[in-house]
Amino acid sequence: MSTATHVHVEHHDAPPRGIWRWLSATNHKDIGTLYLVFSLIMFLIGGCMALIIRAELFQPGLQFVTPQFFNQMTTMHALVMVFGAVMPAFTGLANWLIPMMIGAPDMALPRMNNWSFWILPFAFTLLLSTLFMQGGGPAGGWTLYPPLVLQTGNAFPFVILSVHMMGISSIMGAINVIATILNMRAPGMTLMKMPLFVWTWLITAYLLIAVMPVLAGGVTMLLTDKFFGTSFFNAAGGGDPVMFQHIFWFFGHPEVYIMILPAFGVISMIIPTFARKPLFGYSSMVYATASIAFLSFIVWGHHMFTVGMPLAGELFFMYATMIIAVPTGVKVFNWVSTMWKGSMTFETPMLFAIAFVILFTIGGFSGLMLAIAPADFQYQDTYFVVAHFHYVLVTGAVFSLMAAAYYWLPKWTGHMYDEKLGKIHFWLSVIGVNILFFPQHFLGLAGMPRRIPDYALQFAEFNALSSIGAYIYGFSQLLFVYIVIKTIRSGEKATDQVWEGARGLEWTLSSPPPYHSFTTAPEVH
Amino acid sequence: MLANLLARMRYPALGLGLLWSLSAAADLKLNMPEGVTTISHQIYDLHMTILWICVAIGVGVFGTMFYSIYYHRKSKGAVPAHFHESTTVEIVWTVVPMLILIFMAVPATRTLINLEDVSKPDLTIKVTGYQWKWSYDYLDEGISFFSTLSTPAEQINNLAPKDKDYLLEVDNPLVVPVGKKIRILTTAADVIHSWWVPSLGWKRDAIPGFINESWALIEKPGVYRGQCAELCGKDHGYMPIVVVAKTQEEYRQWVESKKAAKTASLGSDNPGPAMTNAPGQPAPVTAAQ
Repeated sequence: MSTATHVHVEHHDAPPRGIWRWLSATNHKDIGTLYLVFSLIMFLIGGCMALIIRAELFQPGLQFVTPQFFNQMTTMHALVMVFGAVMPAFTGLANWLIPMMIGAPDMALPRMNNWSFWILPFAFTLLLSTLFMQGGGPAGGWTLYPPLVLQTGNAFPFVILSVHMMGISSIMGAINVIATILNMRAPGMTLMKMPLFVWTWLITAYLLIAVMPVLAGGVTMLLTDKFFGTSFFNAAGGGDPVMFQHIFWFFGHPEVYIMILPAFGVISMIIPTFARKPLFGYSSMVYATASIAFLSFIVWGHHMFTVGMPLAGELFFMYATMIIAVPTGVKVFNWVSTMWKGSMTFETPMLFAIAFVILFTIGGFSGLMLAIAPADFQYQDTYFVVAHFHYVLVTGAVFSLMAAAYYWLPKWTGHMYDEKLGKIHFWLSVIGVNILFFPQHFLGLAGMPRRIPDYALQFAEFNALSSIGAYIYGFSQLLFVYIVIKTIRSGEKATDQVWEGARGLEWTLSSPPPYHSFTTAPEVH
Repeated sequence: MLANLLARMRYPALGLGLLWSLSAAADLKLNMPEGVTTISHQIYDLHMTILWICVAIGVGVFGTMFYSIYYHRKSKGAVPAHFHESTTVEIVWTVVPMLILIFMAVPATRTLINLEDVSKPDLTIKVTGYQWKWSYDYLDEGISFFSTLSTPAEQINNLAPKDKDYLLEVDNPLVVPVGKKIRILTTAADVIHSWWVPSLGWKRDAIPGFINESWALIEKPGVYRGQCAELCGKDHGYMPIVVVAKTQEEYRQWVESKKAAKTASLGSDNPGPAMTNAPGQPAPVTAAQ
């Protein structure tokens, strides 16, 4: 394995030193690191907001915050977690891994890559600064429904601008992923030989390009309604507030899959490694991913069953949504079959992957229940929905990110993480997160609406329990930060292969890999 | 049953002892209420059917997985098999879930059609959402009034003990007759709200400039409580709904008394401004703007 760092052919063979390395980064690994560090910081900030929410909800009555600030916290928590933590984390993984997985030296568009990252710190500084503005941050929910969102104070145009910036960043990231995957695969790496993580990201990138402009259009219409006298969403001017919901969820539902398809990819890489058995049903996994992506465009109405759609619309969205259970089920069955008759070991990445399969499936079950339109007339806008999407996003997307971090950290840093601490982190997380979110199913079914700072006495016990879980889960993530720092600084030297059962091009590189992954394309057979 | 089971988990090691001893006596609600309308029973049955199907699938999938985790592990000397695809199996686990979904879709469709059938109502009530209260208009009787949270601010701010119906009590409840098909029209005056009483089986968004239709046929007299279910600003959590279902005679009497009261105060028939300063409005919450 050639270590390119010592060959002074061109000045960019080694990174510049200090802060300039990061500001001017065009290397996929540096940019990947930037994305991952950024998303971890956002995850902690968004997590603090969640802990404020859970502190207020620990008991009935108002204890810590005003209702208005509570609403700002729920809104900002969602925006920060969705656009600041989960999406950039997956883009970080894509940057680090796609070139190494397909045998390329770097991403196809390195300068754009730099730009798409460096927009984000500015976008989120802008967004977070709204909390200190006159009237506070946005408090109308991350879904930005008018007319309520139009009551936002000075923060409003800043929120819209930051959403635009996040969208531009995501679209450029997606363009880069597509250009890289379609043009820079090593000879012999046909599409149907690509690792599933690459496949899921290719499909995700198309979703991003398709829907981020829709969100941008929607929020721009909000902006013109507020400042330029249009009436897109104002009934008094001939508009329709529900039209925003259609636009938002036409973006919002594919967005959900943008956050979970790469997670499917990660899990499809990890389970075969630790089962020491190839992934079961590779091609059906690809087709299932593509089917889910297609279906994601025609199910947005299930977020809006109670807005008063015509019966035919409700029936269509109910049936289309139910069908998503089929390709999703195929994926879960394939993962279980991959484990079946394998030779499993349970290192931290595998533990997170198994927890993902179980807990994501529970989120899938509640999703199927929510798809049943008449029952949704009860579930809609309750804690049942909150429990559902946190099962798919926290124990789904975030758990897959944790699994990915433990799985590839030895490759990235050249050091093994502390397995004992990793397992402690896993068990604290998995226990904490279930204490946090499982009782919320009961709360929702018993009638507790979402987004309320205070609640009736019959909801007290489960809310207290949920808050305790939140603090266990939240604080155990600090252990993760410690483990990552410890791994970067020290730790046993990792082998190139790292895991006994690992397969794929990234494991043929040294640990840590050379600055330019594959300067000569490998042959894939 | 489950509440008892949970209550018994009083292990000091879990550190939840205190919490559970509090809830041991309390009747913890774990499930959707069966409700008191024809449609709410259908929805409840549907919910339970889907839940049990999910539980059965979950037991199957997770059971297989845990079996595999237990037996197919390297520490037990398991040697990995080499199979990695089977078209037959893939077709089976695509078709079988399809059939299960069709099985679910049939009752769901039937219930949905019923839920949306607002034809032939016996009476119509218009519900309007405001930031942050409800108003009710009995279109056939000419009765209309506002309904506002009546929980005192001291209870919200933990200065007084909270009563049983904390945050679920109003000054003027919606009074309706049992055994009649009530058509409920929802709309809003400012932002989107959602009118939800779990015992009636549904919620419906109240959208400014638009009118939505729903219906309820309540089977037994009682007091049924709910809340606004769509985020509508700072006091979203403080605009509850109370429905009092009365027998038809009692309802008639209530209507007559309301009408009589209206005739008596005909000179000053201007409920709007009087109600905006309703005493029940929690003052510190309003001041938090």
